[in-house]
Amino acid sequence: MTQTLTLAKALNAGLRRAMADDPTVMLLGEDIGRLGGVYRVTDGLQEQFGPRRVVDTPLAESGILGTAVGLAYRGYRPVVEIQFDGFVYVAFDQIVSQLAKMHKRTEGAVTLPVTIRIPVAGGIGAAEHHSESPEAYFAHTAGLRVVSVANPQDAATVLRQAIACDDPVVFFEPKRRYHLKGEVDPDVDLTLAEPMDAARVVAPGDDVTLVTFGSLVGTALDAAVAASDEGISVEVIDLRSLSPIDHARVEASVRRTGRLVVVHEGPRHVGLGAEIAATITERCFEFLEAAPVRVTGHDVPYPPARLESHQVPDLDRILDGVDRVLGRVAVPAGSTTGSTTGSTTGVGA
Amino acid sequence: MPDTMGDAPREDLPQAGATTVRETSTNETTQEQTDTAVRLVDAKGVRHPDPELDRWLTDVDAGTDEADATLLRLYSDMVTARRLDTEATALQRQGELALWPPLLGQEAAQVGSARAMRGDDFVFSSYREHAVALVRGVTPAQLTPVWRGVTASGWDPYTVGMATPQVIIGAQTLHAVGYGLGVLADAERDPGSVGDDGTAAVVTYFGDGAISQGDVSEALVFAATWSVPVIFFCQNNQWAISEPVRLQSPVALADRAAGFGMPGVQVDGNDVLAVLAVTRAALHRARTGGGPTLIEAVTYRMGPHTTADDPTRYRDAEEVASWADRDPIERFGAWLRTRGTLDDEAERRVREEADAVAAELRAGCIATEDPPALQVFENVYATPHAALDAERDTYAAYLATLVADAADAGTHGGAR
Repeated sequence: MTQTLTLAKALNAGLRRAMADDPTVMLLGEDIGRLGGVYRVTDGLQEQFGPRRVVDTPLAESGILGTAVGLAYRGYRPVVEIQFDGFVYVAFDQIVSQLAKMHKRTEGAVTLPVTIRIPVAGGIGAAEHHSESPEAYFAHTAGLRVVSVANPQDAATVLRQAIACDDPVVFFEPKRRYHLKGEVDPDVDLTLAEPMDAARVVAPGDDVTLVTFGSLVGTALDAAVAASDEGISVEVIDLRSLSPIDHARVEASVRRTGRLVVVHEGPRHVGLGAEIAATITERCFEFLEAAPVRVTGHDVPYPPARLESHQVPDLDRILDGVDRVLGRVAVPAGSTTGSTTGSTTGVGA
Repeated sequence: MPDTMGDAPREDLPQAGATTVRETSTNETTQEQTDTAVRLVDAKGVRHPDPELDRWLTDVDAGTDEADATLLRLYSDMVTARRLDTEATALQRQGELALWPPLLGQEAAQVGSARAMRGDDFVFSSYREHAVALVRGVTPAQLTPVWRGVTASGWDPYTVGMATPQVIIGAQTLHAVGYGLGVLADAERDPGSVGDDGTAAVVTYFGDGAISQGDVSEALVFAATWSVPVIFFCQNNQWAISEPVRLQSPVALADRAAGFGMPGVQVDGNDVLAVLAVTRAALHRARTGGGPTLIEAVTYRMGPHTTADDPTRYRDAEEVASWADRDPIERFGAWLRTRGTLDDEAERRVREEADAVAAELRAGCIATEDPPALQVFENVYATPHAALDAERDTYAAYLATLVADAADAGTHGGAR
């Protein structure tokens, strides 16, 4: 039944449904039990399903992931909460060397259906290590699937799909959008739902293809509206899956628009924008009217809260990227793909 | 499922002796810690009674034919393990294996602990536990493919109750905790599935080097917190490649257990009978809700870290010789002869069986063929993955051009 829920509540509803559907689903994390998680995503679940299935862990992320590997080895379907993006790195070996490789290592004998929920990205004025976009690390790792949700309905449905998937899935939650409200049916039939690894056109357009995911989908939609005021038709694609990437959906769009802008919060260097721009260039070079443009975070450690507005692409920077791919502004000397700095601000604002 | 001896039901577990911090140089190993370790058969093959531990050995002390058979099997396991180890080392020298990590010297620690387990128990080991694998039911031919470089695992973990070798130091200890948590969850979901002898248990093997890894500390914390049925079996073989155990810890490794809130036992790892007894005791505790135990089996890596290592660069011949005097097989054999369990005829049979198993290992190893090229794309994901399928197809098409080129040129070669 459809109800109006915030993205965080939709995640809660998705978890509740997944746990009700499958008695092997277990939740592990810090503060997820009595407290219900620092963002309340697991609120009420321990009360409903008991402390054996909603487990407060000691404060050790590698321990949490390693425990999840062992639980899955035994036949369970663990869903792990990493409290904040910057805390996941101490679990890197268990994710990259253990979780991602075990199915291959054992020639398929062992499957590890582990879901790792990670609140990601910035824009909330947080302390250091609470605003990071680590998607490239995980998307680079064979054996993992990586997804990112941008709206409440996907929060519920894709989370259930991730939990039901027999592969390990890194599930990114845009913490800046936890309070975003929308109509949600937490009980949709997963056999009828759009596949988890399919990108989605969230606003149709003809002039420019704008690809993004997670917390910036909303900003990209705002940019499309602003651009339309100037007579520019922007097609916005929510990638949803970051590994694998639905290049076919992007390619189909670029073949019509001839122009590609990729937007993400994570640093530009070896980020997802590079992969998408390269792949689209390989696949439909002759359809491109301009070199792809990337609008991304800078290649710096995530800055303190008072400076984060310079790190996270905003409406103006996205519109600047749209202008540049349309050849409406001069590309600064020395740049081959266009600058993402503030040197061309003002355009489209 | 592997043969097991099970564990006689007893209550308490002997605790580690009070080992104090010793004044030592950083290069000194902790071999004298064996003086505080529990021991039943000494280096001269003399059996010493121990009221605590003997309670766990009533079956092997019975003086029956069954008891003799059990003891002979422990002996045979160790002889076979050493013989296999020698064969595999030779195979590496002959170019059939890329690498081999010898277990030489650690036979008693591995056989004694593995023989204490039940078939429904599960093992998460490191990469040197060849004797444990044999006892669990891994075939000799399944031991070598990993080290030949044709696969990352030689067996199906679920058919033998043992995960495949873990190369990342200490990572497997957390997997054991998770598996054990699953055992507890199973028991709670289906209480009727738990028999009078308790739940299954998990044994995780790691070394003295691993004790410094964060994962091992985290595993000890998690296991103690949740009272998970896990045995942390640390083979302290004194050396982590070139680093002596003193570099990892100024105190006995077993003494760490107290800080985590679990019993710690230091056992003479070259005394198979003592290892069997302490592991049985710890397993019983784990099965019946008593939680985890840390066992430190004090032993010695008589050989190199791997066939690529040269231990003469970092340790003295005198030290190696002193440990040779405490050899686990000679010691146990001497005691078996004293009690009349082992004679020349039995010895000959044991050696013949070991030779046969070694021949099986050699034949299996040499017969192992390289997998087809496209196997690199298999089992990366458990569910369909169109992008990887496309990548595989592209590479297959490329390989086909090599075959065509080779055919055109009238030569062999191309796709391997």
